[in-house]
Amino acid sequence: MLDIQQIRADFPILSQKVNGKPLVYFDNGATSQKPQIVIDAEVKYYQEINANIHRGVHTLSQLATDAYEISRGKIKEHINAKFAHEVLFTSGTTHGINLVSNGFASILKPGDEVIVSSLEHHSNIVPWQMLCEKTGAVLKVIPIDENGELILEDFDALLSEKTKVVTLNHISNALGIINPIKYIIGKAHAVGAAVLIDGAQAVPHLKPDVQELDCDFYAFSGHKMCGPTGTGILYGKEEWLNKLPPYQGGGEMIKEVTFEKTTYADLPHKFEAGTPNIAGGIVLGTAIDYLNSIGFENIQEYENELLAYATKRLLEIEGLKIYGTGKNKASVVSFNIDGIHPYDIGSIIDKLGIAVRTGHHCAQPIMNFFCIPGTIRASFSFYNTKEEIDQMVEAVKKAQTMLS
Amino acid sequence: MTIKEIQNEIIDEFSMFDDWMQRYEYIIELGKSLPLIEEKYKTDENLIKGCQSKVWLQGEQNDDKIVFTADSDAILTKGIIAILIRAFSNQKAEDIIKADTEFIDEIGLKEHLSATRANGLVSMIKNIKMYALAFDAKNKN
Repeated sequence: MLDIQQIRADFPILSQKVNGKPLVYFDNGATSQKPQIVIDAEVKYYQEINANIHRGVHTLSQLATDAYEISRGKIKEHINAKFAHEVLFTSGTTHGINLVSNGFASILKPGDEVIVSSLEHHSNIVPWQMLCEKTGAVLKVIPIDENGELILEDFDALLSEKTKVVTLNHISNALGIINPIKYIIGKAHAVGAAVLIDGAQAVPHLKPDVQELDCDFYAFSGHKMCGPTGTGILYGKEEWLNKLPPYQGGGEMIKEVTFEKTTYADLPHKFEAGTPNIAGGIVLGTAIDYLNSIGFENIQEYENELLAYATKRLLEIEGLKIYGTGKNKASVVSFNIDGIHPYDIGSIIDKLGIAVRTGHHCAQPIMNFFCIPGTIRASFSFYNTKEEIDQMVEAVKKAQTMLS
Repeated sequence: MTIKEIQNEIIDEFSMFDDWMQRYEYIIELGKSLPLIEEKYKTDENLIKGCQSKVWLQGEQNDDKIVFTADSDAILTKGIIAILIRAFSNQKAEDIIKADTEFIDEIGLKEHLSATRANGLVSMIKNIKMYALAFDAKNKN
């Protein structure tokens, strides 16, 4: 059992008031709040060891380099990568996806196929569309059913020897559906396609095991898992990272530079041009330590409780419809109320201190599928409580009264 | 009435409210009185992009004045555009071009001008001004 009050005390922002009301923060899908230990670690880095990494021979530079590489090692352990050099620091999930999609520009040929799912965030659609425009490859889409679940028979039918890349999210940001990625990875590999998993929404809720999943790439962001903004990780299998060309040129990613020819550094540095977000990379390790100290099993158990409670309470509201009713879900509830625009509800409950996301959640194809302009999305974290859910339900009811 | 006079009148009305709820309820009321755009004008061309809610705005010249009609799928947005139309519709193009929009601040809708929502309100004002600029240029030719 988690001591939620104790946990909440770790997050200074949670005790503040917004619009004169106690903050109820249910926009965790957009970004999580940060515990004091993470905030302190960021400050400590700048106060005590700030220096550029991998270059200087001086003591501070070595301390900073060690801290950065220790963090990489922690993340390697956390996701169970085979090697630390398969763990690349990025600025976030979007950066990681673009690094891979750009790399495939030199691999794909006209007529090759890239499969994405209907549940994707725009950041896992647009880079692949750009890749297809560049290479003449064709984008194929796995459809969803009314519950927001991928239709696996249709996915099977899309696969062929033309399929070169399959890319999809582990958990849908708009609906919270957990996708059967293990099945998809296995099937895609059977036709020789590489698989990228967008883990942005998964890593706050679970601990991915990239070897067990056998995915070729797994991209995620630090800021959704209690880490700093502007941090992220791209895991790539060694063989794939060796195959892909560098994404950006610059310092750090080279072995030798002459005007005639440059040779590239070994992994992971080949993909880490320029001075990275050193503090962020180090502190992401702190955030992961923090999450592991709470324990992902505990987190999941508690968040599932919140999800069940929120679903039950929200459905008491007349005319409320939940989108994404599949069985396997993370702690996200995406909903609308009959005849009321999500923007109106969101604006009013904001005044009552409730922070939710409204709109299309950067996943317009899903909204088009359900023929809606958007939804209200409440996404819960382990520091949220049932009392907060009650407050949200009351706020939504109040908004409904005002608006109808 | 001049644009400024109408804006002051709106400020006076809003100053009677003690809290945000009364303000929002009034905006919702105003939304219901919005002069609705004719269905045939609800085109992609008249759609203001970048809002969370859809807004259609249409401006027409009536003698030397511009008359605006609009619609939105969200009621708060409708209310806000009703306020703008009250201030700017039936005014001369040159007056619309010169007018400021500080009254939005004074009636407590500042947050709707923030970068995230705003595309809404800011784009609405921009489109109203664009109409005025276009008609003004046409009249001078």
